[in-house]
Amino acid sequence: MRLLISAALTTLTATSSLAAEAVISVDIPQLNVAEYHKPYVAMWIESADGGKITNLAVWYDVKHKDNEGTKWLKDMRQWWRRTGRELTMPADGLSSPTRAPGTHQLTFNSAAKPLDGLTPGSYQLVIEAAREVGGRELLRVPFEWPPKAPATAQAKGESELGAVTLKLTP
Amino acid sequence: MTKHLKKLALLAASLSLLAVPAQAHRTWLLPSATVLSGTDAWVTVDAAVSNDLFYFEHHPLQLDGLSIIGPDGKAVTPENVGKGRYRSTFDVKLAEPGTYKVMVLNNGVFASYKLDGQAKRWRGKADQIATAIPANATDVKISESRGRIESFVTSGKPSTDTLKPTGTGLELVPVTHPNNLVVGEKATFRLVLDGQPAAGVAVEIVPGGIRYRDKLNDTKVTTDESGTFSVTWPGPGFYWMSASVRDDKSTIKNAQRRSSYAATVEVLPQ
Repeated sequence: MRLLISAALTTLTATSSLAAEAVISVDIPQLNVAEYHKPYVAMWIESADGGKITNLAVWYDVKHKDNEGTKWLKDMRQWWRRTGRELTMPADGLSSPTRAPGTHQLTFNSAAKPLDGLTPGSYQLVIEAAREVGGRELLRVPFEWPPKAPATAQAKGESELGAVTLKLTP
Repeated sequence: MTKHLKKLALLAASLSLLAVPAQAHRTWLLPSATVLSGTDAWVTVDAAVSNDLFYFEHHPLQLDGLSIIGPDGKAVTPENVGKGRYRSTFDVKLAEPGTYKVMVLNNGVFASYKLDGQAKRWRGKADQIATAIPANATDVKISESRGRIESFVTSGKPSTDTLKPTGTGLELVPVTHPNNLVVGEKATFRLVLDGQPAAGVAVEIVPGGIRYRDKLNDTKVTTDESGTFSVTWPGPGFYWMSASVRDDKSTIKNAQRRSSYAATVEVLPQ
């Protein structure tokens, strides 16, 4: 019994010491408009050929009565076409409410979902924002997985998104 | 000869007033959206006969032959059906996720003949023709027309069951899903006539928004042996695709037959 536990502990320690981390920081810009709604935002990882999709987060109006906020999910049209239309919303661990202007940080660990299924290779972090009575913007941040050394990659939006930074730690 | 041409022109003009349109006008369905999400999805559809796409400027489309098929293959009843001066309109509730096909079928027969030296014209349905023309009529000319006007709408994940052809008339069989069209990507479709490949048929593809440009910007392609044609969309928006086939294979004796097809599809930006 003791042997078993120690074996399990060893496995756990081994996993966590090998675990890579991905920290995404997203700026939602403050906009000076007459009618402002917080944007719908979808984040996902695409393999270099676009064939494999790993969803990271979907921010939408989850609090709207009768799940009516799903009506505008298709406005994130690239995400909708790639993966959104295949999903049922809300989805545990994926969807959450829209966020106010400011910088938002999300941390993902390679040992846990959804990154645990990510095989070594070239990828793109894709982030798409669509705002009610506003515009839409999509940014791509290429990266290699798993990271061999700490790396930072960035993209900068012009309208609906500010800076998007991807920080990778082996 | 001139008289004959005039008569033909008159004939064409009178046909345009019918559900069966003359070549000069375009018949179309225009859904308010083609890609939808959410649990309570609806579309409103405009239906018209016009010169320019997609503007209401000539006639409302007759909706006698309207039908809608849902993703489960069952008929969907249109709601709030109305007819205005320039357009007809109706709503479709997309109760189930999947792809809906909205179609208007126009089947009719037109005949011209001479009776005691007088020129006569008749129009009606195929099953009436046998008794419609007097036995002593001369110079009988009969043409059968089979028209199909379609559009496609998808709520949630696209499905394909509704896209199967019925095997009657000229039909479009999508190889690329008609609600999965994006600028710069190639889309492929097949035309079938009575379920068989319609080879060598000219297809005209016209982008909407004609009013705001000088050129029609249409694309003409011809179907190959298998009835297949492809188009790479130059820009986003609604497009109108049309084709027609004339032959003498009508089930009505000595009749010419025209089978026509028109569809409205939406192309989204990348």
